[in-house]
Amino acid sequence: MGVIKKIRYDCRHATYLIEKRQHRSLTIKERIELAIHLSGCSICRLFQEQSRWINRMLRSLFHSDQGRGPVISDEFKRQLQQKIDERLK
Amino acid sequence: MSQKELTQEQQPRASGPEPRQWVERYADHLYSYAFARLDDEEQARDLVQETFLAALEKVGQFQGNSSERTWLTAILKYKIIDLYRRRNSGLRTERLDEEPEQEFFEQGNGHWIEKYYPRPMRIEDADPLVNKELAAILRRCLKRLPALWLSVFTMRHMDDAATETICKELKVTPANFWVIIHRAKLNLRACIQKSWQ
Repeated sequence: MGVIKKIRYDCRHATYLIEKRQHRSLTIKERIELAIHLSGCSICRLFQEQSRWINRMLRSLFHSDQGRGPVISDEFKRQLQQKIDERLK
Repeated sequence: MSQKELTQEQQPRASGPEPRQWVERYADHLYSYAFARLDDEEQARDLVQETFLAALEKVGQFQGNSSERTWLTAILKYKIIDLYRRRNSGLRTERLDEEPEQEFFEQGNGHWIEKYYPRPMRIEDADPLVNKELAAILRRCLKRLPALWLSVFTMRHMDDAATETICKELKVTPANFWVIIHRAKLNLRACIQKSWQ
C-alpha cells in the first residue's frame, strides 16, 4: 500500500492526531498527514467537529459545577467546627 | 500581572491564620472544589475534613505569602490527586483484563469499523448548562471511563494542568498520556452518540 493511500485509510491515526492537536501543536509531518486524511474523510471531519464540541462541553460542565454543586450540610459544618475547636484546646 | 494574582492581591490579608473561622469562610468553597473533581459527595466531604485537619497540623508553616483560601485549596488539591492515584492503583490490579478494550477501527488499515462511524448527533448547538438531559448523559458517560482516564481528563479539562504535570502526578509516560487522551475521547464520544437518540 502506498504511503498516501495508507494515510487516507488510517482513521485511527488521524483521530489520534485530532486529539493531540487540541492540546499541543503537531509536527510538520503530522500536520501534512492529517490534512491529507481529512481532505478525503468526511467521517473523521465529523469526528473532529464533535471532539472539539465535547471538549468545550466538558469545560463548561466542569466549571459550572464549582459553586453550584450540592451544598455541604450545616450538620457537617458543625461537626467540623467541633473537631477543629477540640484540637485547638 | 495575571488576573489570578490580582484577585489574590485584593483579598484582605489577615495577620495570621485563623483556624476557628475556616469552616465558616472556606468549607463551602473547598467542598465545591472537591465535588466538581470527584463527583462523589461522601469523598468530597471526607477530603474537606482531612484538609482542615492537615492544615491544623502545619498551621505554623503558613507563611502568609498566599491567602488562607489559596493555601487550603492547595492542600486539598494534593489530597484529590492522591485519591486519583489510589483509584487508579485499584483499577490496575482488578480491572485490566476484565473488559476487553473496545476496538473502533479495523485491524490492518486502521479504518473506522462501519458500525462505529461517528454520525451526526444534532447536538452540536446544545448547551449542557441549559440542557439537563445532555449534562446527565455527559456525566454518566464520564463515569464509565476507567479511573485513570477520568483522572487525566479531569486534570486536563478542569485545571488546565500541563501534560508534564499530569504525567508526573499520575505516573503516566508521555506516550501513554496521548493514548489515554485518544481512547478516552473515542469512548466518550461513542457513549454520547449511543445515549443521545
